Amino acid sequence: MAPSKIDPAIEIEAIDPGALKAELVAKYPTKVGRKRAKQIVVNRVDECADIPEIGANSRTIPGIITQRGCSYAGCKGVVLGPTRDIINLTHGPIGCGFYSWLTRRNQTKPKGEGDANFIPYCFSTDLHDEDIVFGGEKKLKAAIREAYETFKPKAISIFSTCPVGLIGDDVHSVAREMKAELGINIFGFSCEGYKGVSQSAGHHIANNGIFKHVIGLDDTAREGKFKINMLGEYNIGGDAFEIERIMDNAGITLISTFSGNSTYDSFTNAHTADLNTVMCHRSINYVAEMMEKKYGIPWIKVNFVGAASTAKSLRKIASYFEDEELIERVESIVAEEMVEVEKVRLDVKARCEGKLAMLFVGGSRAHHYQDLFREIGMKTIAAGYEFAHRDDYEGRAVLPDIKVDADSRNIEELDIEPDPERFSPRKSEEALERLKEKGFRFKDYDGMMAEMENGTLVIDDISQYETEKLIEIYKPAIFCAGIKEKYAVQKQGIPMKQLHNYDSGGPYAGFKGAVNFWQEIDRMVNTKIWSYLKAPWQKAPELSATYAWE
Amino acid sequence: MERVDYVSTTNGCKLCKPLGACLAFRGIEGAVPMLHGSQGCATYMRRYIISHFREPMDIASSSLGEKHAVYGGGANLKQGLKNIMNKYGAGLIGVATTCLTETIGDDVPMIIREFRKEMEEAGNAPPAPPLVCVSTPSYSGTHMEGFHAAVRAVVDQLCAKGSLVEDGESKFVNLLPGFISPEDLRYLKEIVEDFDLGCVMLPDISDTLDGPALEDYGKIPAGGTPVSDIKRMGGAAASLEFGHTLAEKPTAGAILLERFNVSLHPLGIPIGLRETDAFFSALEEASGRPAPERHELERGRLVDSYVDAHKYLFGKRAVVYGEEDLVIALTAFLVEIGIKPVLCASGGKSGRMKSCIETVTSGLLETPPMVEEGADFYKIEKLCEDLSPDLLVGHSKGYRLSKKLDAPLIRVGFPIHDRFGGQRTLHVGYRGTQRLLDRIVNAILEKNQEDSNLGYAYM
Ligand code: SF4
Ligand code: SF4
Repeated sequence: MAPSKIDPAIEIEAIDPGALKAELVAKYPTKVGRKRAKQIVVNRVDECADIPEIGANSRTIPGIITQRGCSYAGCKGVVLGPTRDIINLTHGPIGCGFYSWLTRRNQTKPKGEGDANFIPYCFSTDLHDEDIVFGGEKKLKAAIREAYETFKPKAISIFSTCPVGLIGDDVHSVAREMKAELGINIFGFSCEGYKGVSQSAGHHIANNGIFKHVIGLDDTAREGKFKINMLGEYNIGGDAFEIERIMDNAGITLISTFSGNSTYDSFTNAHTADLNTVMCHRSINYVAEMMEKKYGIPWIKVNFVGAASTAKSLRKIASYFEDEELIERVESIVAEEMVEVEKVRLDVKARCEGKLAMLFVGGSRAHHYQDLFREIGMKTIAAGYEFAHRDDYEGRAVLPDIKVDADSRNIEELDIEPDPERFSPRKSEEALERLKEKGFRFKDYDGMMAEMENGTLVIDDISQYETEKLIEIYKPAIFCAGIKEKYAVQKQGIPMKQLHNYDSGGPYAGFKGAVNFWQEIDRMVNTKIWSYLKAPWQKAPELSATYAWE
Repeated sequence: MERVDYVSTTNGCKLCKPLGACLAFRGIEGAVPMLHGSQGCATYMRRYIISHFREPMDIASSSLGEKHAVYGGGANLKQGLKNIMNKYGAGLIGVATTCLTETIGDDVPMIIREFRKEMEEAGNAPPAPPLVCVSTPSYSGTHMEGFHAAVRAVVDQLCAKGSLVEDGESKFVNLLPGFISPEDLRYLKEIVEDFDLGCVMLPDISDTLDGPALEDYGKIPAGGTPVSDIKRMGGAAASLEFGHTLAEKPTAGAILLERFNVSLHPLGIPIGLRETDAFFSALEEASGRPAPERHELERGRLVDSYVDAHKYLFGKRAVVYGEEDLVIALTAFLVEIGIKPVLCASGGKSGRMKSCIETVTSGLLETPPMVEEGADFYKIEKLCEDLSPDLLVGHSKGYRLSKKLDAPLIRVGFPIHDRFGGQRTLHVGYRGTQRLLDRIVNAILEKNQEDSNLGYAYM
């Protein structure tokens, strides 16, 4: 890449984020502008770690093109999709099922011939006119029988799409009836797309369902000294494989991952673990909370995106178990892995340092991936989530202050009591005290904003118009979002990295993942491709807008 | 053979209706497609379309929630329309319904009429652009029905009787190509131009879904059929409309015939010699001039290669699947080159595919191939167990089957998301047929080569 004419640091300081916010908001009709003003925040973390309030998890404005999907997508697509041996049956017309057929890059590795893998399949009741008029329950039952007869799965789950709730089909009673008839576990989800404001509602519904119908069914204790679950890791591009590799080396037993590379059996057994570690807080913190109440398993926040973050998370897990041998093993793994990591990191850093990144994606990635950029000296100048809540921005300390609106109230909150037989606190009171004294924190999520610099922009549910404006003003070296934004951003002359499906790359988690990611970013921000945009004969000044590569 | 009568759909071979409508709207200049429903459908369709075209694709949504599902979504639709006007400066907004709004029974034409009235009364500036609406419940029909319904709605709502804008200029034809690739569309326009004819192609996604990298990026991509052109379609010398299954249906071409007496040439998608010949004949008739020499040469070369390829292709067994009209056109072509289609399958269910396949194969096959309407890949796979095909012709979703059968897959149509350049696949005309022929022959040669442990290096 041609060296920047202007030092980016100086250029950036010339931009007043407050004024930019005002400009963004002013372009909207008054009411819309008022709403967006709450969702666009100039970050300012003061000495007492007070974080400005942000509007999040509110309804998208009609006609404003959003990144968000629906509750069905969150439930079926995100949380339950990655499990290979449950048949996921979409109850509805063909589209919703078709669009969620192999479109996420969650990978799975069946263990040999007998291990079922339904991920390449898309099961749908494909409702037609007559089903909409007379109800679709009959067809649903037939579809369940067909799926059972053909594939003999261990479990079948049913996902409702928008029309299902409206025609009054009761998927739960169908599930109960078919479960009795076929003798396998069958459960339904009322995850109609109109519920909630984004896929986030679907995550919650999925958490409830998996907790109610699956977790805790099998008490067989598995071998292992340090048994944990990994929550909110979906194995995009093989991330979970890399994490499994590291855990294996450390001698930590992964009872269950929710839900990358997972199986039905591992879910039924998850309550036998001694610690829950949470990667994506947004999509799965409900399960962590409920497992703590019902079984006494504590949970901690971890992050395996970023090499330093991976090391930190490993150490955190080791110190939870308070086992010297484990602590030592973790140290030696870190030391060993870091050799290669440091080599690549320093090499890439030399070419990337000082460049700007923007991340608008998901409910945790826009936060986690900042670590990877930071490690190679790149600065995140603006970030935001697609479907997160205030706690993911401001930290869990704000939980008591979050107003519950009509959209969230419609999502069921399960009442959880300690299980009379299975509840057992994994740590004694003294042990907890001892850990806390050493600075160990449980349920510790401080959110994205605490880690972002002052003066950076935090924008919730960014619209396409705002995206374009941000790019025009800051000309970042890289923009991270999903496939829907990819080509629009690239047409503006800015490299765009997909952080939903990783383009076709990955893994990016763990030590090997960090190396992969840095090499990818190096390739993207230092390519010459953008300099060909202008043909030699294009001399007209009005055509030659300036670009990051100039 | 085991009976494969299932009520559920496993691995579908069709997409949903509003997706087709959005694609059609995208082919109109300045248009923003909008879905009336919850936002998930718009998001899913955008990501799906983008994965094939590798281009931006905006679809707005009225973002209905639970409350609206109960009380109706009119207010959201109006607010959405207003925001699209203000924020995107849309030249046209195409509103398609979804399963949600069809199920709750929102009366979209009425809501739009109200909206127009409210805008006029408020003296709103800018005035509302043309608003076209189409009803697209996915529980009847596929994305192709949605596509054609949208094209028809555009003509129906923009070309009212007595509203004809005549430019008195050169002679032109209406070309209603259906859903084919941007590369196909560019080539078709060239052909029509070579006949010294003007052309209004509706819709035209050749630029809007395959645009250049530009220095100046616009929110709405350049290209598409100008609304002013749509308004003069009633003055065309003829309409050429692709899709055998459309015949006798109330299509856009039929409306132009009925309202403005524009003669209608119902044609198949021009793939293969005979279907392309029919297309060229229609152009000769409309223009009153013979086909230009370079096309004749192109045809000659194609026939020449049919002869050369025959020894590799004769008797090979093919399974063809995808959109009904595409399957019909491909089948017409395959039987010309000596390939035997053993199964023609589609998720569509127009009820016409069988008779159309019989027509295009008659005289070339003793018995017409097996035709399966309303099929899914589960069924196709089951049927293949007895058919032992040598190759598959269809979109990317047949990949698993091709791998299982160890038979090459010739990727055509939509979606192609596991290969590069789906939007630039040429299928139509003599040239497109030539490309398909070369690809098929080479796929078969490659397979022979791979399967052979002799020195298979010279064919
Ligand atoms: S609800 Fe209907 S319109 Fe929406 S994605 Fe599903 S099938 Fe398509
Ligand atoms: S119909 Fe509903 S469930 Fe299906 S994609 Fe649309 S919003 Fe989601």
